[in-house]
Amino acid sequence: MRFMMIVKGTTDSEAGVKPSQELLDAMLRYNEELAKAGVLLAADGLQPSSSGIRISYPEPGGKPKVVDGPFTEAKEIIAGFTLIEVKSREEAIEWALRMPDPHGGGQAEIELRQIFDPEELSSDENKQEKIKGQFRL
Amino acid sequence: MSFSDAGRTIDAIWRIESPKLIAGLTRMVRDVGLAEDLAQDALVIALERWPETGIPDNPGAWLMTTAKRRAIDLLRRNKLRDQKYEELTRSAEWYTEEDMDRQLDGEIGDDLLRLIFMTCHPVLSQDARVALTLRLLCGLTTDEIARAFLVAEATIAQRIVRAKRTLSAKKVPFEVPVGAELKERLGTVLEVMYLMFNEGYSATAGEHWVRPLLCQEALRLGRVLAEIAPDEPEVHGLAALMEIQASRLKTRVGADGEPILLMDQNRAQWDRLLIRRGLAALNRCRQLGKPLGPYALQAAIAACHAQAVTPADTDWVRISALYEALSRVLPSPIVELNRAVAVAMAFGPLYGLQIVDAITEEEALSEYHLLPSVRGDLLFKLDRFEEARLEFERAAALAKNSRERDLLLARASECIH
Repeated sequence: MRFMMIVKGTTDSEAGVKPSQELLDAMLRYNEELAKAGVLLAADGLQPSSSGIRISYPEPGGKPKVVDGPFTEAKEIIAGFTLIEVKSREEAIEWALRMPDPHGGGQAEIELRQIFDPEELSSDENKQEKIKGQFRL
Repeated sequence: MSFSDAGRTIDAIWRIESPKLIAGLTRMVRDVGLAEDLAQDALVIALERWPETGIPDNPGAWLMTTAKRRAIDLLRRNKLRDQKYEELTRSAEWYTEEDMDRQLDGEIGDDLLRLIFMTCHPVLSQDARVALTLRLLCGLTTDEIARAFLVAEATIAQRIVRAKRTLSAKKVPFEVPVGAELKERLGTVLEVMYLMFNEGYSATAGEHWVRPLLCQEALRLGRVLAEIAPDEPEVHGLAALMEIQASRLKTRVGADGEPILLMDQNRAQWDRLLIRRGLAALNRCRQLGKPLGPYALQAAIAACHAQAVTPADTDWVRISALYEALSRVLPSPIVELNRAVAVAMAFGPLYGLQIVDAITEEEALSEYHLLPSVRGDLLFKLDRFEEARLEFERAAALAKNSRERDLLLARASECIH
């Protein structure tokens, strides 16, 4: 099962403040550890939301509204993500706990979200049951 | 934290830590069976204590220290060789958290690599290598391995016990082979992984839901190996091959469990992330600047398919060349048959037929339904319908799968005008 570890934005990340060398080293080592355990699929950092674009649909069925960044509410902003493939939810949590503290001056937050398996999106109930069975193994 | 939550968390920690733990302990006690027992003892102690004390900050180091204390107790009790005991007591204290961190880069990777070479050692049978590797390097339980292979748990348990005994009796060293031996032994290691992968990949409909575990574990081990043995081109070649093949895992079986051929698969559902990883692995392999080996060539062929947006975009000329290279490093009538198909697609059915005709007498293919099936298809494309019909009928008689048999008989009847 795949999980995305999402590192939330902070005032610093939004201001484009580069992480300290210490944090960069720690992140590098952490990513190496993930790779050596064979669980790392992808990892990337995102630019501050000042270069981002939001497309919203304020009216159902209406035209999209395009808004340029920056966006407020740092905690709703994603600063980076790491995709991992693990055997259980607990294993994902364990890896997420080992991620270096993003040094957000109290704002740091890592969110862990499970990625849908294509099969899970299937409407086939029979398949759904089998998937549930598989997770129980 | 409730007791069962703690149990599941400890399971997850075990999965992450146990290969490193067992590898490190094997280096110390030089016996993989004993190392596993010590690691298990440490796990039992953790299961007793952690629900009350909470999980330590560095659970890996905690488990290692605990296992080493057990090792010393055990050696003291058994009055084993003094030297080994001395060695252990001396090293027991330095295993602090910092050491654990420091060693992540070098030594632990080396120990893991040594352990892989041990569990895939040629003194063991193929089955034993696979079972022991899944157990010690993937941290799977015997029950999980048994389910994956659809055999009784006792069979797997016994297989593993015997394998550990054999390694001990034959005094298989805990080391990475060097020189000419490395290439040969690495071949065995890669073979174990690919076998594991294929076992999962070729699962039939009914088993579909259990067996992906084997693909995932093989893929994960392949990724691990690419990190700890980065200078070996075939390590990246195999990783690339498995990543790309795994990208099609979801599209290769239809709703009713019927196999869907590569050319008929829904390419929009191929896993782009795995394809990208596969191409990156192939690139790492090429950057080592050595001739491509059999896994890398198969990966390169798989990559051609992965990069074709539609079946019509397939670069058959390139695939033909890659099959030709593959048949040089790995001469096999099956590779030739595949080359014939690629050549026919690239240059016309007559050229493909020439290659097929050269291998029709091969003993290894005498029962292989795909030989007459391919030959029939090429003859059909050349409008030689009567000959094509005979080939399709022969293929149908050899096909073991009823769905395939029906398909071949249908093609045979198309030949009657």
